[in-house]
Amino acid sequence: MLKFAAGLLGLAFCAGATFAQAGTLDTVKGRGQLICGANTALAGFGIPDSSGNWTGLDVDFCRAVAAAVLGDPTKVKFIPLNAKDRFTALQSGEVDVLSRNSTWTSSRDNQAMLFGPVNFYDGQGFMVRKKQNVSSAKELDGASICVQQGTTTELNLADYFRTNKMKYDSVAFQDEDTVLKAYESGRCDALTTDSSGLYAERLRLTAPDDHMVLPEIISKEPLSPAVRQGDDQWFNIVRWTHYAMLTGEELGVTSKNVDDMMKSENPDIRRLLGVEGDQGKGFGLGNDWAYNIIKKVGNYGEVFDRNVGEGSPLKVKRGINALWNKGGLQYAPPIR
Amino acid sequence: MANTSTLVKPDRGSILNDPKARSLFYQVVLAAVVIAVFYGAYSNTSRHMADAHIPTGFSFWNAVAGFDINQTLIPYTQLSTYGRAFWVGLVNTLLVAVLGIVLTTIIGFTVGVARLSPNWIVAKVAMVYVEVIRNIPLLLQLLFWYNAVLKPLPAPKQSIQIPGGIFLNNRGIIVPDPQFGAGSGWVGLALLFGIVASFGFYGWASVRQKKTGQQAPVLLVAAALIIGLPLLVFFLLGSPITFEAPVLKGFNFRGGRQIFPELAALLLGLSVYTASFIAEIVRAGIQSVGRGQSEAAHALGLNARQTLRLVVIPQAMRVIIPPLTSQYLNLTKNSSLAVFIGYPDLVAVFAGTVLNQTGAAVQVMAITMAVYLVISLVTSFAMNLFNKRNALVER
Repeated sequence: MLKFAAGLLGLAFCAGATFAQAGTLDTVKGRGQLICGANTALAGFGIPDSSGNWTGLDVDFCRAVAAAVLGDPTKVKFIPLNAKDRFTALQSGEVDVLSRNSTWTSSRDNQAMLFGPVNFYDGQGFMVRKKQNVSSAKELDGASICVQQGTTTELNLADYFRTNKMKYDSVAFQDEDTVLKAYESGRCDALTTDSSGLYAERLRLTAPDDHMVLPEIISKEPLSPAVRQGDDQWFNIVRWTHYAMLTGEELGVTSKNVDDMMKSENPDIRRLLGVEGDQGKGFGLGNDWAYNIIKKVGNYGEVFDRNVGEGSPLKVKRGINALWNKGGLQYAPPIR
Repeated sequence: MANTSTLVKPDRGSILNDPKARSLFYQVVLAAVVIAVFYGAYSNTSRHMADAHIPTGFSFWNAVAGFDINQTLIPYTQLSTYGRAFWVGLVNTLLVAVLGIVLTTIIGFTVGVARLSPNWIVAKVAMVYVEVIRNIPLLLQLLFWYNAVLKPLPAPKQSIQIPGGIFLNNRGIIVPDPQFGAGSGWVGLALLFGIVASFGFYGWASVRQKKTGQQAPVLLVAAALIIGLPLLVFFLLGSPITFEAPVLKGFNFRGGRQIFPELAALLLGLSVYTASFIAEIVRAGIQSVGRGQSEAAHALGLNARQTLRLVVIPQAMRVIIPPLTSQYLNLTKNSSLAVFIGYPDLVAVFAGTVLNQTGAAVQVMAITMAVYLVISLVTSFAMNLFNKRNALVER
């Protein structure tokens, strides 16, 4: 709440400094640090460990932006935000970029924000106890359902039960930890959130095997990083950071082989890594921007794998998050 | 005194040296600065909000909310407007505030009186209560009531059954839902009549006592009028009010009225916490009444209970009421901690979900703060009236 009030005050008195006039890029360069709005605790996307080291797909995205802009992925300060306060924090200039598994919707684009490319295609699902003998979300009539407040999840839940003419009790909490605890203690029959989140949350329960995720996916949840409106240069840097990571994967450039790839004859690779052309300059960055991203953070495939994929406890399949030429939706416009 | 002022007529001198003019000048300057700061903040905010394409204005008020709230005392569905959601949140806040104030007053007065009890154990138990409860942060206490006390209750299928068709489980307390059939209006009327008649009887009895010294069994008569009369009408009309018993169906109970654990936890937490402060206020109030007063009452032949009720408490009230008012205000404002245990109060629903869905942060926060201000001012006003009635009347 204090953070929130500070944000509002910032909006009132010194907002001028952060909007439009001074570009976010210059602010970040001047500060020597990127300020990134992250999740408070969601395994696979943004979670600090006991010694304060953050891991996750969204967190690594911020590191990639820092690598592109400052050449150093460690120059990021993560601000944990709950679902309720996240957009105000972005709008008021408290964070430079919001990378916190937030769903891109039209109404949010109407609220002074711009959502970048989708870095994870998700959908909403339900988790229940196995002993309840429920095999489909259609059987949840009359259930109490724990949900996080101020999310698209809360709205989809209402829509889903209305269209299926079912009743439910919504028990809404402001942060994810409380939602999980309430579900675990039996306050609710089911927990609902994005399905990637469900797998992550399930592993945090004391007996994960007593719980199951129901097959239905009831919504589209394209999760994207977001920036403020009115700073086109910064928006470009954020979205091309993701595209550089995708292009790296598509061209087979990884954090391990990127130095060898500098000698590649492939013009696409040469342009990506800044050997040819002035791509970085156009964004106000160095030409080694994409090299830094891939060298110091990794390409999209590597980042996906170590945070949510096979290399992580979550074991989420690539599915629709695979590259476009492998049956997925991840597609980067050409870098040239 | 009057002579001196006519004798020495002071030279008015320059207006610069006139204390009245100077103080007026400084007040005008201060007011101008305050207005300028607020105007600056307002114009700056609205300009930057417009620049940043943040929604301004209140057009969201009539838009469809699209989310559900579990505890709604006024009709609300997900197709209602954000404005309606505001009222739902406000009513939920008021519910907790009113119930909390009643409950905390009862607990606080009981503990406060108990602290002064001649019974050593009772006094020490009350002291431990006060010292423990008021020294632990309220938020921790709320989380304690919610997690440690209410959550270990059984699942709906293993509900604890309380005689009278009441069920207790981790979804709350489910009580039978009264169904009002034809003729139930008469029962209500009888109840109302009983209450009015009891007050009338009380008035008559006290007038008679002042005149003749004879006491009337006020409590007994009032009980007969308030409980007995409606019951008589109820049975004469052939039981028009029936109770729909809750039935376990699927996940939860259907039918019946449900009191959610979030409400119970918030109410307990707020009341128990605030009561520890009220207990101290009550103790201070009672101790402010001189010992001579009770000794005189004893000498007149009043027993201990009568002394407390007729002599000590009325005088102690004068000391108690002003600080009591601030405790009531604290309780109301502290109810905004509801958001941490998932109770849908004004802050959770309106300054939470509505703010997030509409993006109208400044407007929503301004409305929310204004509402708490109004609630507090109204409470203060009511308590000030009550204080005036109880204040010492100098003769």
